[in-house]
Amino acid sequence: MASLIECPHCGARPKEEFTVRGNVERQRPAPDADPDTWFDYVYLRDNPMGRISEHWHHTAGCRRWLIVERDNTDHTVFNVTDAMEAKSKS
Amino acid sequence: MRYSALSIFKNALGGNKDWQPVWREPEPKKKYDVIIAGGGGHGLATAYYLAHEFGVRNIGVIEKSYIGNGNIGRNTTIIRSNYLLEGNTPFYELSLKLWEGLEQDFNFNAMVSQRGVVNLVHTDGQRDAARRRGNAMRMHGVDAEYLDLKTIRDMLPFFDYSNARFPIMGGLIQRRGGTVRHDAVAWGFARGADSYGVDIIQNCEMTGVRREGSKITGVETSKGFIECDKLALSAAGHSSVVAEMAGIKLPIESHVLQAFVSEGLKPFIDTVVTYGAGHFYISQSDKGGLVFGGDIDGYNSYARRGNLATVEHVMEAGVAMIPALSRVKVLRSWGGIMDMSMDGSPIIDKAPLDNLYINAGWCYGGFKATPASGWCYAHLIAKDEPHPVAKFMRLDRFRRGYLIDERGAGAQPNLH
Ligand SMILES: Cc1cc2nc3c(=O)[nH]c(=O)nc-3n(C[C@H](O)[C@H](O)[C@H](O)COP(=O)(O)OP(=O)(O)OC[C@H]3O[C@@H](n4cnc5c(N)ncnc54)[C@H](O)[C@@H]3O)c2cc1C
Ligand SMILES: [Zn+2]
Repeated sequence: MASLIECPHCGARPKEEFTVRGNVERQRPAPDADPDTWFDYVYLRDNPMGRISEHWHHTAGCRRWLIVERDNTDHTVFNVTDAMEAKSKS
Repeated sequence: MRYSALSIFKNALGGNKDWQPVWREPEPKKKYDVIIAGGGGHGLATAYYLAHEFGVRNIGVIEKSYIGNGNIGRNTTIIRSNYLLEGNTPFYELSLKLWEGLEQDFNFNAMVSQRGVVNLVHTDGQRDAARRRGNAMRMHGVDAEYLDLKTIRDMLPFFDYSNARFPIMGGLIQRRGGTVRHDAVAWGFARGADSYGVDIIQNCEMTGVRREGSKITGVETSKGFIECDKLALSAAGHSSVVAEMAGIKLPIESHVLQAFVSEGLKPFIDTVVTYGAGHFYISQSDKGGLVFGGDIDGYNSYARRGNLATVEHVMEAGVAMIPALSRVKVLRSWGGIMDMSMDGSPIIDKAPLDNLYINAGWCYGGFKATPASGWCYAHLIAKDEPHPVAKFMRLDRFRRGYLIDERGAGAQPNLH
């Protein structure tokens, strides 16, 4: 992991300021979803190798949720965007 | 060739020209009864015990790199069986018993050193938890002893005993715990397995599986297709990647853990110590280097290299516990990729296919488990039923709600 994350709001900040939530694709199911869906969400992971997109929270900064796109085999960070803004665009 | 004092003497007389390679380097056969994917400590131990205890000899161990390049050669070599929960204690105690006889059994010097493992406590709550764990261990026939402050002070005189916020109050010791030379464990099991005719195939990466319905017929590898009757995964750190080839999604995330070694010093710490007030643990190798580490870096990773922030954190915790460390030079640091499971405990089980077996999820504690993991996995593969001490380490325990969560952290792998 690169030591600095380029927050779109705060600029380059040390990665210890952030909290990782996990892969963007892993979304919380509806409260009344069936047990299999919940089991899958809570316990199973794709755990992909290579280029991934994750939710990172800038806990010790602007406290915005960000999408960090990075390669988990060589620490390259490609892109950091605001999760809300990404959502409103799509 | 059997190693002994006599063999050293004889070879010395012959100018040391007659030593044989420790294992062969065969090309893969067309077919094996069992293919073990991953030649780390667990894969090699499994091959050894399959051959040595369960009479299965036609085995191929395929390793994508060289023997010893995975976590078996990257860990901080600590062995212990100081667990609280029923699903763990008997398993790790079997492992410790196997360590105690291992060198005689596989005729290789693994430098098993039962120098004791101390967990320091700094609060009343930690003391109570340590005593409870100690009692649980003793009820399983495992040795455990609570040490008061004076005893700890005499044992470990260089520690900081004047920390007002996190005073050292005492500690739990398992005297039979200790360290083992990790490379020698890989080499010893490899040599032992090879002596029964097991093929250890290095630089052979599993890249896919061939399946007919729910039966696996063989594996695709960088050295071509190899047929097998049974496929046993043992690819610590990359378990999700190999399981995915068979269409199985695991309750695992991959994370990096770092470790460090200092310049060689005179005898300084003659046991293994874990700090209860920070992420730090330490021992001293026979060469004199201090071997130490802390927690995982905290983000998913397949890069065997960690982050500077964690390096700094580990050093700070170390100096808080042992102020004299601030003068010590660090020689090397490295990282290893581990399977972090959803409850911090491992999986030794049959997969929901006819002939696929899974050994995974060892987190940062799988080195001490190497012999028992190999034994229990071999038992499962040979007999198709779990070994009694591994019967809780099932893949479906997450769905059934039978977690083995020593830390009580829940399905948050970077907290285990
Ligand atoms: C820094 C660090 C410190 C640790 N300290 C301790 C400790 O003090 N005590 C303790 O008990 N545990 C410790 N551990 C944990 C322990 O090292 C691991 O849990 C254990 O070694 C994992 O089992 P293994 O030996 O089989 O793994 P590995 O040696 O990693 O074996 C897995 C093998 O699978 C191979 N592989 C992967 N994918 C493929 C493929 N597609 N095809 C073929 N082969 C493949 C890899 O190359 C590797 O050789 C530590 C781990 C680390 C990283
Ligand atoms: Zn920010």
